[in-house]
Amino acid sequence: MFSPVRLPARRFAAVFGSVALVLAATGCGGGTGGGSATGKVTSITALDYYTDATEHSQWGTRLTACGKSVGVKVEHTSVPGASLIPKVLQRASSRTLPDLLMLDNPDLQQIAGTGALTPLDQYGIDSSGFAEGILSAGTYKEKVYGLAPTVSTIALFYNKDMLAEAGVAVPRTWDELKAAAAKLTRPGRYGMAVDANATFEGTWQFLPFLWSNGGDEKQLDTPQAAQALQLWVDLVKSGSMSKSVLNWTQADVHDQFVAGKAAMMVNGPWRIPALNQAKNLHWAVAPIPVPRAGQAPVTPLGGEVWTVPQTGSEARQEKAAQVLACLNDSKNMLALAKQYFTVPSRTAVASQYAEQLPSMAAFVRSAEGARARTRELGVKWPKAATGIYTAIQSALTGEQTPEEALKDAQLIATGS
Amino acid sequence: MVRARRWESLAQGMFIVPAAAYLLLFFGYPIVKNIVMSFQQYTPATFYTGAAPFVGVENYSRILSSDLFPKVLLTTVLFTAGSLFVQFVLGLAFALFFQRRFPLAGVLRSLLLLPWLLPLVVSGTTWRWMLDTDSGVVNSTLRHLHLLPSGIPWLTGTSQALVSVILINIWVGIPFNTTILYGGLQDIPTHLYEAAKLDGAGPVKSFRHVTWPLLRPVVSVVVVLGAVYTVKVLDIILVVTGGGPADATETLATQSYELSFQQFEFGRGAAMSNLLIVISLVFALVYLRANRRAKNA
Repeated sequence: MFSPVRLPARRFAAVFGSVALVLAATGCGGGTGGGSATGKVTSITALDYYTDATEHSQWGTRLTACGKSVGVKVEHTSVPGASLIPKVLQRASSRTLPDLLMLDNPDLQQIAGTGALTPLDQYGIDSSGFAEGILSAGTYKEKVYGLAPTVSTIALFYNKDMLAEAGVAVPRTWDELKAAAAKLTRPGRYGMAVDANATFEGTWQFLPFLWSNGGDEKQLDTPQAAQALQLWVDLVKSGSMSKSVLNWTQADVHDQFVAGKAAMMVNGPWRIPALNQAKNLHWAVAPIPVPRAGQAPVTPLGGEVWTVPQTGSEARQEKAAQVLACLNDSKNMLALAKQYFTVPSRTAVASQYAEQLPSMAAFVRSAEGARARTRELGVKWPKAATGIYTAIQSALTGEQTPEEALKDAQLIATGS
Repeated sequence: MVRARRWESLAQGMFIVPAAAYLLLFFGYPIVKNIVMSFQQYTPATFYTGAAPFVGVENYSRILSSDLFPKVLLTTVLFTAGSLFVQFVLGLAFALFFQRRFPLAGVLRSLLLLPWLLPLVVSGTTWRWMLDTDSGVVNSTLRHLHLLPSGIPWLTGTSQALVSVILINIWVGIPFNTTILYGGLQDIPTHLYEAAKLDGAGPVKSFRHVTWPLLRPVVSVVVVLGAVYTVKVLDIILVVTGGGPADATETLATQSYELSFQQFEFGRGAAMSNLLIVISLVFALVYLRANRRAKNA
């Protein structure tokens, strides 16, 4: 009567049942951890990607101070930059998002689009006075979801001694750049260095050249974009720029510059502390050269925005928003900017900063006009960014002409 | 009687439950999830809202029809075949070499494990520096030996970059091959070699008629595991070339990573990784069959 065949079936049913239970538990159980909606909130969690030991502790101190001012303890964790987004998505699906979350500004719209973040106006946070670029990066569907205390952008760093020795003036236009780079090139040294690698970092470094020439990420197969790419191709072809730029990160570019193997480089102000440590290196910063004299460079906006994720607890969200407001107040903005050589994102604070630190004036000017990468394409930006670095790689290796490469880039950007 | 039997089989069943639960939870669930995901339009929003509309085979048709796909597939094949073949040959050579007794053999053999012990990101970064065209130690050595007038663009030439990542992967894979093959060689009874010697077999003949046939089961394990490990290599390529220059080192694994975590196209990323799983499976099946046939023959 009793058939042995049925036993395994039952067994598996039991196993499946327990699996489902476990999954259900992990799926729904999270989100409520620590502090209920009614009880008093005593601590909140914060997540960012400041894993560097000094940076982590400096941010920890700042978060603690801001937490103290609103009466909460802030539990601060950092994950490596590359794993922040996977981590956020995973925690969004298990409803265990931190109370306070930092995001790189081009990722904000993507995450806001999931519905996991809360608009900041509901906490009465004042977002007036912020520079237009960073505000547009923090905005999704007309609502502000993230605010960055400070912003940054990239510029041209040059070795003063090498320029003086070669009798070269700081280049302001593309033609001057090509001539200067050629004159500065010696055996064992290149005139210019950029990051042209196959990542979004390569795209980021190319943007000032693309944008300043009137190129646009919405339409990549244009003569303006091709001219910008041709400039990089010419620099590599003439030997003024190493072919290794294809594989260099911004950190590698910095190392080349510090080692005296590059006379000029494109990089950001976060390199300044390290540059200052290098003895016998006399460097200065200039705006990135533009196609024709007198034009203003259009640079991409860098910086991390702070957001308040949907955690299900209004009280916790409220506290997190207060900490966020504290991070973005004028005092902290100025302190952070000084600490990391970035630019305060409120224009009034920025001009005050430029007065106090004249060496940062070039960055203050360009950061004010800097353009958010997601301003035009929003959540479609990653595709265009992939298209752009693919085109850079194809053109610099000589696989394709800039025109052909950008035609393909446009196909990638519009999602084949 | 019936009750006792039933109780016994139930008890037997209970012993399997932990292992079965583990397998289902940590292997079954992710694979099923990945397969389901590959038929969905899975976006970042899905993680939060859970809404992922089914799109049928669209993800598959889009990756298969993309311009890049044939190139990526070819690169994956070249990378896997190139790495496997050289790893195996060198691994076998080292294993045979260490079978002889000589001073410091043990020390050298453990030193050989070093590449395996280093974190791949560390060794990848080091290789990236060493292979730099202008300032890398490899090119400057070649220049100082007057073997080359100018540098080889190891990582920046579209044809050289693939060779470089294959070479690095070979370097990483040799310890694994050597260790397993050395273990296999130890299991071959020495009296067989003595008998072969008495029959007048030289080293080549005794390798061909004694070592190789008896090593075959180990060889198939090494090759199958090696293929599965190699086809999915991601970290080395990401660290050393990032898939560049101009997609020259883009494999199925790096493409899958880029689709999912850079472009946030999780459905297509999942479809790509399913292809990878199928390819690994095919490798495993082919070799298992070949092995069985060899045993029966």
